[in-house]
Amino acid sequence: MRRRRAAFVVRAAILAALIAMLEVGCRTGAIDPLTVIPPSDMVASMVGQIGSGELDASIVSTFSTILIAFVLAVILGIATGATIHRFARLRDVADPLLASYYSVPTFIFYPLLVALLGLGKAPLVVLGILSAVPAVVISTLSGLDSVAPVLMKVARVHRLTAARTLWWIVLPAALPHLFTGFKLALSYALIGVIAGEFILSGSGLGYAISFAYQSFDNRTMYGAMLFVLLVAVIANGILYMWEGRLARRRSRG
Amino acid sequence: MTGQCHVSLREAVRRYDGPPAVHALGPVNLEIRRGEFFSVVGPSGCGKSTLLDVISGLVRPSSGSVHFEDKELRGEVPDGVGVVFQEDSSMPWLSVRDNVAFGLRTSGLPKKEVAGRVDHAIRFMGLAQFAGHYPAQLSGGMRQRVCIARTLVLRPRLILLDEPFGALDQQTRLLMGDELLRLWRETGATVLLITHALDEAAMLSDRVGVMSARPGHFIDMVETGWPRDRDSRVISDPKFGALTARLWSSLREESLKTMGHAA
Ligand SMILES: Nc1ncnc2c1ncn2[C@@H]1O[C@H](COP(=O)(O)OP(=O)(O)OP(=O)(O)O)[C@@H](O)[C@H]1O
Ligand SMILES: [Mg+2]
Repeated sequence: MRRRRAAFVVRAAILAALIAMLEVGCRTGAIDPLTVIPPSDMVASMVGQIGSGELDASIVSTFSTILIAFVLAVILGIATGATIHRFARLRDVADPLLASYYSVPTFIFYPLLVALLGLGKAPLVVLGILSAVPAVVISTLSGLDSVAPVLMKVARVHRLTAARTLWWIVLPAALPHLFTGFKLALSYALIGVIAGEFILSGSGLGYAISFAYQSFDNRTMYGAMLFVLLVAVIANGILYMWEGRLARRRSRG
Repeated sequence: MTGQCHVSLREAVRRYDGPPAVHALGPVNLEIRRGEFFSVVGPSGCGKSTLLDVISGLVRPSSGSVHFEDKELRGEVPDGVGVVFQEDSSMPWLSVRDNVAFGLRTSGLPKKEVAGRVDHAIRFMGLAQFAGHYPAQLSGGMRQRVCIARTLVLRPRLILLDEPFGALDQQTRLLMGDELLRLWRETGATVLLITHALDEAAMLSDRVGVMSARPGHFIDMVETGWPRDRDSRVISDPKFGALTARLWSSLREESLKTMGHAA
């Protein structure tokens, strides 16, 4: 516990030092303001953009897309993982595919998705799912592998129905692994959706950043980037803390 | 109460299909009387846990039959059977109290009754100070006691225990043995205890079955003749030494076989 806190302090200190260096570098002119603006300006820009409400539509559109993609990826991933786990033959086929999945840049299919689904939310959701689902499948598999056979015997001795066995034994036993998958899935969904907006979209935060970039509007671009970064870090931090609370009971110390 | 047949096995055999195919058990013929304290000793890997799986109904015998309370088991665990497994089967995500209460989740009993039984079982197993702890914070022996308590709350008529004291030191084993005897007397349940400790079998049981090396079958049955209100102090009875010696002489050859030596 104390070590964790110490690590946290060191991490925060390093980050603060880097930000301070950047600030000083920009203010003294050592860094070209056309490349990077001072962090304090980024914050001011972010606060300004959010305060003015100009980003509201983009925020709603992007995060609702990410959320939909994440939730669907979790459902789809768990279902797929459970199916693959159930059938050993299927697993022989799927394992190498899953292992090499992330060497494929899914983004290259985005134009195809747009051609198939149009320019709305749908292709972005699909891209988010494509990015996130394998992480959930993999963690579901390792989670199900980790359920001790003797716990399945306990379920049978207590004569639990299949649904109760799943809900009371399999899910809680597999939860630590599932959590890892959820965290990754959230990050991947976020990357997938925002990257999609970057490439070929007329709305959303990714589009706003890319639009600002193309109009040489550094201030707006960095403000929006900072916002995306903060939200990603906070969302992951929440999952991380939740996971830590669950894990602490289950481990010694 | 005793006398009536509670569990019976007829020519029960269990094979694992493998590969490699393993003939793990039998043929076993056995009758356990209602209310009897029956122990099984046998060399390592002879099929004791397999016997427990078969008697509990968790697995069907490959051939032969198992009856519990005059009904044949067909791969389902019947109501009234409680099992404590050899491996730790406590649930790491539940507190000790919730682990013990797990047994009653589907019972439909009123909350008060559930709480009463859970408290009683926790106290009975000496876990009162640890009710709010999680299994990771307990020793192996304490976790095994959690599993025993989880079985007790169900008030099973047949209790199957697979080396429940394996993780305990000798003193604690003796004391837990006394607790087990007390439990057996209080509940009137039939107990089947699997153990590798001959003295434990000799001290606790009405009858001890000695199993051969794999595929395990019974090569000796020893009636101890202890009174029902016995406790661990029987180990100072001269008869105790004779019983343990008898078990060892039956088991010695079989144990040598599993160690890969000729008898
Ligand atoms: N699922 C299984 N598949 C194949 N073989 C098995 C399986 N389970 C047990 N066996 C084999 O069956 C034999 C009996 O196993 P079992 O666990 O019943 O022995 P045991 O008497 O309980 O051993 P121990 O004293 O070590 O607990 C062993 O040789 C074991 O290798
Ligand atoms: Mg065993």
